[in-house]
Amino acid sequence: MEWDWSAVSDFMPHFWDGLLVTLQILALGSVISFALGLVWALLMRTPSRWVRWPVGVVTEFIRNTPLLVQLFFLFYVLPEWGVQASALTTGVFAIGLHYSTYTMQVYRAGIEAVPVGQWEAATALNLPVHRTWIAVILPQAVRRVVPALGNYVIAMLKDTPMLMAITVLEMLGEAQLFARENFQFTEPLTVIGLAFIVLSYLASLFLRALERRLAH
Amino acid sequence: MPTDTLPNPGTSPERSTGELIRLEQVTKRFGDNTVLDHLDFSVDAGKHVTLIGPSGSGKTTILRLLMTLLKPDEGTITVDGQKLFPATEKERREVRKQIGMVFQQFNLFPNMSVLRNITEAPVTVLGMSKDEASERAKELLDMVGLADKCDARPAQLSGGQQQRVAIARALAMRPKVLLLDEVTSALDPELVAGVLDLLRDIARSTDITMLCVTHEMNFARDISDQVLMFDSGRVIESGAPEKIFSDPEHERTREFLSAVL
Amino acid sequence: MTSGLWELVAKGVWTTVQLLVFSALLGAVVAFVVGTARTHQSRIVRFLAGLYTTVFRGTSALIMIFWIYFVLPLAFGWQLVPMWAGTLALGLTYGAYGAEVVRGAIAAVDPAQREGGIALSFTPWQRMRLILLPQALPEMIPPFSNLLVELLKGTALVSLMGMGDLAFSGNLVRLALQESAEIYTYILLIYFVLAFLLTRLMRGLEKKLKSGVGKAPTPAAEAVLKRPEATNAGGAV
Repeated sequence: MEWDWSAVSDFMPHFWDGLLVTLQILALGSVISFALGLVWALLMRTPSRWVRWPVGVVTEFIRNTPLLVQLFFLFYVLPEWGVQASALTTGVFAIGLHYSTYTMQVYRAGIEAVPVGQWEAATALNLPVHRTWIAVILPQAVRRVVPALGNYVIAMLKDTPMLMAITVLEMLGEAQLFARENFQFTEPLTVIGLAFIVLSYLASLFLRALERRLAH
Repeated sequence: MPTDTLPNPGTSPERSTGELIRLEQVTKRFGDNTVLDHLDFSVDAGKHVTLIGPSGSGKTTILRLLMTLLKPDEGTITVDGQKLFPATEKERREVRKQIGMVFQQFNLFPNMSVLRNITEAPVTVLGMSKDEASERAKELLDMVGLADKCDARPAQLSGGQQQRVAIARALAMRPKVLLLDEVTSALDPELVAGVLDLLRDIARSTDITMLCVTHEMNFARDISDQVLMFDSGRVIESGAPEKIFSDPEHERTREFLSAVL
Repeated sequence: MTSGLWELVAKGVWTTVQLLVFSALLGAVVAFVVGTARTHQSRIVRFLAGLYTTVFRGTSALIMIFWIYFVLPLAFGWQLVPMWAGTLALGLTYGAYGAEVVRGAIAAVDPAQREGGIALSFTPWQRMRLILLPQALPEMIPPFSNLLVELLKGTALVSLMGMGDLAFSGNLVRLALQESAEIYTYILLIYFVLAFLLTRLMRGLEKKLKSGVGKAPTPAAEAVLKRPEATNAGGAV
């Protein structure tokens, strides 16, 4: 096995570029998935079947089909529909949308885990619906959902390489480009493979520390 | 249940007499809490010994050490002349075959039928043939009054029935020593008597050495040859049940007995 | 769409199903070997199994696929046919997630059951085979079911290596027709149906296994908060 350190050092500038894009995708994708997931979760609690049913079907569909094909769909179909967006924007939206169908389950479980007595107390105090949610239920649900949401951020990190399929130059995209141009596959692919292991390991340590703080 | 119908679950011809279990200078700590403090005691073969004392005094710990569910921090434990601690896991496994245990919570395997709960260990551990093991299991089930429950699942039985199956399961291994760890304390009051009667029969009709932790003082009085009073990890008094229960010497024993009797 | 193009899609479905079955089998073997190894008495065995799960759950399945396609042949001279390279990459990666499911389910068996096994002089392996695994198995099915759907979604990644699976056939048809919305909608629908069938299959299996240990099936509402790593392939490390 030939290991070429000079290829590693040649690749490193591209690696940092890719890492930056990866982290961008992760940050924006997380924000979208957190917000959209909450929207789905709240819609699923509306009294009207005509809201719950379509939301349930659509999110179930998105959750059970490959993100990669969803990326292709948005990347090729949006322009046909006259929506012009960069590959990065499309990718961030797709990954955020995909993961919102997971975070909605986390919110739902978090909301359901708030004791019934809290709802009853809010009713007894005559709190309006929005105050019940904002002041009573959601603050209690958030503590419970943070660790689970964090797990999905780590999961999302590991799905970011898929965006290379729609020409986004995140870490894997950079590595592949470098590999094709220099005919050196081993070094860049190994470097980013290790980078992912280190990143997700650090993220899980951080998450565990956060979980411990929230537990108090 | 007439005693003479009992199959003889425990006897093996080369049964040793004299000392069977010996603990020397056994210490067990849980964190900062010393549960057993350089404990010495021994049990002779065929004897029925009951450990009494306030909860947390280390009675159950002794049974769990003998069953190798716990390891002592210091000291040696010997069963029938063979070392249980210190010893290799392999040696321990050999010694362990002579010891059976009945647990407070029965610990039956919910994934197996009643019959298979009893036959599994004789077949896989002792290498008994399946037919022979089933035959014996049925005798034992008959003895504990559950002959009709062969194919039932443990979850379908009452607590008292489960505990009787657990006793049959332990006896199926023909142990020399039977450890009984508060076997009635998880049972509804009306089911206690049946299990205790069964144990009395076994105590009377076999020569299995029994080591028993219980809060049932009448039962202890009935079956024991010897009662050991524990307090803070030490044996503070021991003797025949008549002596301990009617004329205890130690102040702590008196306090304890007046609280439970 | 012409019948020729549908034939292409049908071939893609067949390739996807094959890849799913093979990598699920490999993944199951990995999951049980590594998952039970994590409960082994030997500290070295536990450490190695833990290292395996950390590494394979830490990296991305797509990078693993790239690595096996491009680096393995160069570094070790192993040129695997695409089907086996895909099976290897997916089986090893998703097997690591499965190992966590196996470990968790074994750890969730009442410790008293282990003690019951010791009291009857079972060896550690006999305790695992006769007592722990039969009781843990039904508990593994719901998380395994989720994991299988994740694996199905993961099979689409091999299309990036030019393997003719369902996602790849979609790309080919798009090139032929220049009509993206229609073909990708079909492709997504087919994946959805496959996922639905998988879930149904696993629910039937769960019912069968649970009746074997005298338990009722778990209600559909799973405790998402308690087992976040099980609901998605990419849980925490």
